[in-house]
Amino acid sequence: MSRKVLMGLYDTPDAAADAVENLQGASVESIDYDILSGTPYPEGTFGEPPVKHKLYVFPLVGAAIGITLALFEGFGTQLAFPMVTGGKPILSVPPMIILCYELTLLGAILFTVMGIIFESRLPRIVRGLYDKRITEGLIGVVCTFDEGRDEEITKCLNDAGALEVKSEE
Amino acid sequence: MQDRKALTDKQINDTLTNSILRTPLHWYILTGFFAVIVLMGFVAVGILANRGLGMTGMNRPVYWGFFITNFVFWIGISHAGVMLSAILRLAQAEWRRPATRAAEVLTVFALGTAAMMPIVHLGRMWRFYWVFPYDWARGIWPDIRSPLVWDPHALSTYLIGSSLFIFVALIPDFAVLRDKTTGMAHQIYGALSMGFRGSVRQWRLQAIAGIILSALLLPVFVSVHSIVSWDFGMAMAIPAWHTTIFAPYFVIGAVHSGVAGVITVLILLRWLFRWDDFIRREHIDALGRLLFVVANAWLFFFALEFMFGLYHQEGTEVVVRDLWLFQTPWNVIFLLFIFTGYIIPVPMWLFRSVRRSFPLMLFTTILVNIGMWLERFLLIIPSMGRKHSFTFVWGDFAPSPIELMIVTATFALVFMLMLLFAKAFPLIPIFDIKEGNVLRDEIQIGRRTVQAVIREE
Repeated sequence: MSRKVLMGLYDTPDAAADAVENLQGASVESIDYDILSGTPYPEGTFGEPPVKHKLYVFPLVGAAIGITLALFEGFGTQLAFPMVTGGKPILSVPPMIILCYELTLLGAILFTVMGIIFESRLPRIVRGLYDKRITEGLIGVVCTFDEGRDEEITKCLNDAGALEVKSEE
Repeated sequence: MQDRKALTDKQINDTLTNSILRTPLHWYILTGFFAVIVLMGFVAVGILANRGLGMTGMNRPVYWGFFITNFVFWIGISHAGVMLSAILRLAQAEWRRPATRAAEVLTVFALGTAAMMPIVHLGRMWRFYWVFPYDWARGIWPDIRSPLVWDPHALSTYLIGSSLFIFVALIPDFAVLRDKTTGMAHQIYGALSMGFRGSVRQWRLQAIAGIILSALLLPVFVSVHSIVSWDFGMAMAIPAWHTTIFAPYFVIGAVHSGVAGVITVLILLRWLFRWDDFIRREHIDALGRLLFVVANAWLFFFALEFMFGLYHQEGTEVVVRDLWLFQTPWNVIFLLFIFTGYIIPVPMWLFRSVRRSFPLMLFTTILVNIGMWLERFLLIIPSMGRKHSFTFVWGDFAPSPIELMIVTATFALVFMLMLLFAKAFPLIPIFDIKEGNVLRDEIQIGRRTVQAVIREE
């Protein structure tokens, strides 16, 4: 069965929250609707469930890779050109600590950014249903549904006071 | 304290993208002026590369001159960006909103400028890549025991981290520009925004990203200037630098000059782009109070550093302080540094009327940076000039026109880059200002209506 998309545009968060409530009442799964806004609102403003993500894994992985590279560089350069200075061991620990510190953080930062882009589902080649007025303050409630439920979903969106209901065509 | 005007999202978009979509004439004049100075700087660098370091004032025993002073200065300026953005974001300070991106961008450009200085200072600039561990054919690797090898690691980490921090926060603003433009600009901003739509998931991740990146960048911010200070503190040949106070002293000095630099930039941007509704008196008042605390902390470390050198009666350290206090022209430079870096501006910041005055804050923050540049100069040159116990190998330093030109060009470069950035991207984060509107309310307490901020737990 093919899927269709509709978007209702609202000028207040309350109206958008009403639309979400109507969709939840019509047994639309949370994965099938989304709320688009030009402003970040506090979590749960529109009655949506909390966002689940694994972003915290990325900095840990990046840090592990960073510290590995730092140790490789520290050990590698000192062993490749071994210099005995003042009778001290060839491998000097304090500079390796500094290298590990920096490259651990660099790895964590790089992987965090990759994680943000990945978890945000970006880059999005096909943007999907959107309206430029969203960045000017309107809030869009986008719903994906099975064919045959057009009237029901349109009613849900309109009952909440939609300024306009747009479809993908 | 909060004296903001209520603006709609559309008004915020229009005002903050105005500098990008419509360019004032004075932008072209200023950018052109700075570009000419930058070009002259590049010509000077070319002459230096062609003729060698003999064109500078450096000579035995003063091997580090204006370029290294300038390097440390610009690293210092770069520190305010992350400090303001990261610390204030983690502390959920509402007044940070208009200042963060300008501070972060200043960080990146200051860092890039600072990174150029050691390369110019090399003389044989085309050999700068030897600092990287790339080669296994020559049998020589960079010596990781040297702070001069820690420096590129720290600087690269800070530069890459700060740049990515700016980019991630810019994604929603790219979406605004994508929606406001047509043609080629629309395509470019569309590509940069990567299809950002402002979904709940994307905004939530933006907020978490800000927190995680702030938490990761703060340790980098502390480490970078500590490592730069160890270029001096761990230099075996210069006894006057053998003090463990250098790391915190340099970091606090960096914050002092960096925050002053941010205030200067904010006031100039406010005037240039008519951002009176966004950069308000409350912001420079808050920054002024922060600067007052930081300046006094800096004075404490400066006093410690001064006294430590005298306390153990180390000859080379005593003679440097003698130079600072009693020998002309060093005592004149020292007095200038103390007056501009602390004595004039800091007592002025005690007064609310001064902190809320844009002209006076511009004046005091420029003074601070003059003082802090001279502080780095006084730290580096006299110590090298008096590093030996035998007076017949003492030397002095006088900058050459080439050095003066290159250092001047670095200031022009940073201002020019800021102006170019402001032409292409919003220097005040649009979504951050809008979020501030959402989280703001007015409440009635007795007879008074006060502005309140909603905090999300």
